[in-house]
Amino acid sequence: MAADAHATTLGLDHRKLAMWTFLGSEFLFFGAFVATFLLYVTTTAGGPGVEIFDIPFTSISSFVLLMSSLTMVLAHNAHRQGDLRRMRLWILATAGQGAVFLGGQVFEFTVFVKEGLVLTRSPFASSFYVLTGFHGVHVFVGILLLLSLYSLSLTGKVKKDQDLKTEMIGLYWHFVDIIWVVIFTVVYLIPEIAVG
Amino acid sequence: MSATETEDTGTDHGHHPTAREYVQIAIVLAILTALEVSTYFFDFGRIAIPLLIILMAIKFVMVAGFFMHLRFDTKIYSRLLYTGLIFALVLYSITLAIFVFERAPSA
Repeated sequence: MAADAHATTLGLDHRKLAMWTFLGSEFLFFGAFVATFLLYVTTTAGGPGVEIFDIPFTSISSFVLLMSSLTMVLAHNAHRQGDLRRMRLWILATAGQGAVFLGGQVFEFTVFVKEGLVLTRSPFASSFYVLTGFHGVHVFVGILLLLSLYSLSLTGKVKKDQDLKTEMIGLYWHFVDIIWVVIFTVVYLIPEIAVG
Repeated sequence: MSATETEDTGTDHGHHPTAREYVQIAIVLAILTALEVSTYFFDFGRIAIPLLIILMAIKFVMVAGFFMHLRFDTKIYSRLLYTGLIFALVLYSITLAIFVFERAPSA
């Protein structure tokens, strides 16, 4: 039976188990960059520091990413109910919000570079760009996954009873969101308050 | 099958929130985010940083619990996620502490 082919000795679907294991390991990946940023947050080498952050702007993009988790879970909910049309609508909304977030990040980086915060300016600049840049890459991969899911459901390759596919991509997307919840607080808000 | 086996091998424990409940959860998350951002505009004094950490933790648990369905799925998934998180917290806390103490004599 097809369902059994995906079962593990735990009785769980191996794809979902692998996804959760991957997400658990991602904490170590992002943790390294967050720790490095905290270590070098004041090492600005005479260049711009945390005062360069535009908190109101970043708050809006953080809010957009948070709300994309809502549309993602609504897409999964629609797929569970067999409503592929509504699922596709929510998937597009999620990808669109992800694109808005990424656009905001590109704009933010452009402003920072113009103000002298280039990648090699200081340990602070390097650790900031590597951390937030890798998160941005994760968002970009998430958008590609969402658009693939959208295309595959349009061509009938993702069927009504295959909601696990939407759930898996949803898990990845929500994870990217919770990582940003941490980054927004630890990288943007706390240093701003500590300095101010 | 024992109760423990049922808990550990099931993949889906029935109730999932409705679309309306998901929207309500998102509204709570939005309010928490607004509270976080307010610490930038208003002076919360000494409680600002602890408050931000608590709000971050609540948002984290809410997204993982409700949107990622950890509250409704088998506990194995929760253990996988939180084991990674705890490993990372312990490893990097120790690393940061070592660096801070290394710097201390010359500071």
